[in-house]
Amino acid sequence: MSMENVYLGIVLAPLLGAIVAGLFGQQIGRAGAHWVTILGVAISFLLGLLVFKDVVFDGAAIYNNTVYTWLASDGVRFEIGFLIDQLTALMILIVTFVSLIVHIYTIGYMRDDPGYQRFFSYISLFTFSMLMLVMANNFVQLFFGWEAVGLVSYLLIGFWYMRESAIYANLKAFLVNRVGDLGFLLGIAAVLMYFNSLDYADVFRAAPLLSNLTVAIIPGTEWSVITLICILLFIGAMAKSAQVPLHVWLPDSMEGPTPISALIHAATMVTAGIFMVARMSPLFELSETALSVVLVIGAVTALSMGILGIVQNDIKRVVAYSTLSQLGYMTVALGASAYAAGIFHLMTHAFFKALLFLAAGSVIIALHHEQDIRKMGGLRKYMPVTYACMLIGSLALIGVPGFAGFFSKDAIIEAVSHAEIAGAGFAYICVLIGVFVTAFYSFRMFFLVFHGKERMEAHARMHLHESPAVITVPLILLAIPSVVAGYYIGPLLFDGFFADSIKVAPEHDVLARVGEHFTGALGFIGHGLAGPAVYLAAAGVAAAWYFYLQRPDIPPKLAASAGWLYRLLDRKYYADDINEFVFAAGGRRLGRALWKVGDATLIDGVMVNGTANSIGRVSRLIRQVQTGYLYHYAFAMIVGLLLLLSWFVVS
Amino acid sequence: MAIEPVIFWVFSTILVLSAGAVVTVRNPVHAVIFLVLAFFTSAAIWILLEAEFLALALVLVYVGAVMVLFLFVVMMLDINIAPLREGFVRNLWVGIPVLAIVIYELWVVVGEKQFGLDKVAAPAGHAADYSNTKELGSILYTVYMYPFELAAVILLVAIVAAIALTLRRRPQTKYQDPAQQVLVKRGDRVRLVKMAAEKKQ
Amino acid sequence: MISLSHFLVLGAILFSIAMAGIFLNRKNVIILLMAIELLLLAVNMNFVAFSHYHGDTAGQVFVFFILTVAAAEAAIGLAILIVLFRNRRTINVDHLDSLKG
Repeated sequence: MSMENVYLGIVLAPLLGAIVAGLFGQQIGRAGAHWVTILGVAISFLLGLLVFKDVVFDGAAIYNNTVYTWLASDGVRFEIGFLIDQLTALMILIVTFVSLIVHIYTIGYMRDDPGYQRFFSYISLFTFSMLMLVMANNFVQLFFGWEAVGLVSYLLIGFWYMRESAIYANLKAFLVNRVGDLGFLLGIAAVLMYFNSLDYADVFRAAPLLSNLTVAIIPGTEWSVITLICILLFIGAMAKSAQVPLHVWLPDSMEGPTPISALIHAATMVTAGIFMVARMSPLFELSETALSVVLVIGAVTALSMGILGIVQNDIKRVVAYSTLSQLGYMTVALGASAYAAGIFHLMTHAFFKALLFLAAGSVIIALHHEQDIRKMGGLRKYMPVTYACMLIGSLALIGVPGFAGFFSKDAIIEAVSHAEIAGAGFAYICVLIGVFVTAFYSFRMFFLVFHGKERMEAHARMHLHESPAVITVPLILLAIPSVVAGYYIGPLLFDGFFADSIKVAPEHDVLARVGEHFTGALGFIGHGLAGPAVYLAAAGVAAAWYFYLQRPDIPPKLAASAGWLYRLLDRKYYADDINEFVFAAGGRRLGRALWKVGDATLIDGVMVNGTANSIGRVSRLIRQVQTGYLYHYAFAMIVGLLLLLSWFVVS
Repeated sequence: MAIEPVIFWVFSTILVLSAGAVVTVRNPVHAVIFLVLAFFTSAAIWILLEAEFLALALVLVYVGAVMVLFLFVVMMLDINIAPLREGFVRNLWVGIPVLAIVIYELWVVVGEKQFGLDKVAAPAGHAADYSNTKELGSILYTVYMYPFELAAVILLVAIVAAIALTLRRRPQTKYQDPAQQVLVKRGDRVRLVKMAAEKKQ
Repeated sequence: MISLSHFLVLGAILFSIAMAGIFLNRKNVIILLMAIELLLLAVNMNFVAFSHYHGDTAGQVFVFFILTVAAAEAAIGLAILIVLFRNRRTINVDHLDSLKG
């Protein structure tokens, strides 16, 4: 079996599962639907393992080929092709692994849902879209995957389409992503314009030649073409990876069922932007401006979204804001040119964030869809497995030494401390404070849910029990990599694992500087203990313990005394309100103005009716010519004859 | 001096004058009469041009049929004469210059310069036994057979059209329907009534 | 000697008079029809003259057909005139303006 068929199999197996479950869901039944989709994703996962082995351990050459030419227009070829290198292989593994776990978990979580087959069809389609995105070897296919992920996320967030809030949330996600897609599409268009090719290899090869080219978008100002392309592409990534200010859709996406929150937040959708920037590293490396933008945006997201997590009371929203914050960390890594660290964090985050979400889902199921952490507490003795898994996930998230999150996050912090581009100092401070904030909100939620007084309603407490195996087994399966994945920091970051996929300019190569002191995973732990991050995390946990277990009376007082600050956080920095009243209302006003002036007055009034009216007026004038008198017509004919005759005579 | 110029000048003068009269006289009946005169004189000029058959056809067909038709219509419509002349002079000031230009330009086109004797020589006259009719007929029934038949169809259509246009159905008119007459049965006409015989008291 | 030009000028004069008749006459449709007859006569005059001077009988055949068509035209024209008069009780050209825009 040639590798090309393996690659095709990886993408087509989930698609096939999605089609079968989606179109023939009634015929194959519930069990049929989950078996066919799980089988499809499992095949993908196994083939992904095969590819990983082939690329990483057997050192197979990078595969970069076109399997199908969709269309060719004026020399530009729209193709479907695969670029399989270490980055792709790793992403395939992450995506298919998390997706597989989510598929299995869904059997338990969605057991009573009437849209069971539909849900499996969607998440399988989601996996297919994401795989198309990461395996693309050209911008068209990347865009296809990008949009397909957006579409399926729309379908999934609005999965419970009878809920008004779900409809609102999926519309919001779709619209915010449209904003980013506009930038992304413009970026691709700019690539096509300047490189006349949409193939990664062609573009990356030609990129250094264009590094000094400028373009005057607004007359008089010169913009570097590469910077422009990078920032446009990054706008797309900002929407997909939920960076400030295009982050607003992500918390609302919690309206979808929990498995899909896990899938969106951990492995697919939001990682697309991070992956894309890492994939475009040969372009971003050429523009320090673009890197600074990425760095600052990431830093702002990492800190500000983490702070919001502190005031949230919905268990899923807390996790959602932590996702936003962690995505900020990844973006910071990208901005600091530590692409490998970003991808590494993406991987570890995929594991522990999926774990956290699924554990949260387990809690939600146990409490019969109660999501408010103020109505939980003391769950430890009822749900020991979930408790343990949630603890592992939280420890990994806050970066306790030895857990996966520690290695990736500390690598990022280290990398930022070595970065020298504009904004690096600001970013360093943000990520350091972010560590404290992360620890605080994570354990705030953890303590409120699993420790302290039991605040749930009485009848809910009666039915409390540990979730079934179909839910706990995925949790355990995710808990394992959440612990051990970090120990691959050495081969992934410092041994040139991504050397063929990610290009880093020597003067930006902060990871190399970090690697100078690297002596192995245990040495990295020792090095980390010497830095401030670990102690900040510990302080965060301690603060959470003090405020929410020892003195639960303090937080409400604090909230009351700093009312404006609390309101600011509670209203999420008024981002939704700004969108609502500035962009949405402004858009409506603009639309109304265009409708009144442009459509009703100009087009209808002047052009459509104006044409008719002026024809009418002209007709009224020239119909006077038609007297109806025979001799007038005869006279006109004679004059015509005369002119004709004159013409002949004169010439 | 040859007789032809005399004939030409005399008849063409009458022709032009009568044509002018056709469009200027008040009375339509007079106009028709002047038109007849114009046809006669042009027939004479055509004879000068050795087109004897056409000259005779003009007199017979036009004067004999068409003009009589005109006369018939004019008299049938019985329109009053006086008001029909108004406005003639009013329009003259536009008409005259236009006409002058037309005449001038036609003169330029067909004048002596183009069609004088030095350009187109007068042909020798035909012999006395030459028959214009025979020659016209021989070409008309051979070369121009189809147009000739077409002309016949056009005349037929004209007849049908003229009748169709002017035919008036009068609902009050009583007329016989032979079909109804033939279809009649004895029962429609005779009714037998039984009655008791009178007895003489 | 009379040249071809004489006949052609005669035809031109006839044609002009008839034309003048058409657009100077504002009263009587019958006069218009007669003017059309005059126009045709002028054309016929040219045909006959050319036919004679060029020794080609085809010109006379044309005149023959023109006479035929003119007769048909006169017949239909007069028929229309009668219908018109029957409907409008007038053949005054100034009153016939149904086509006015």
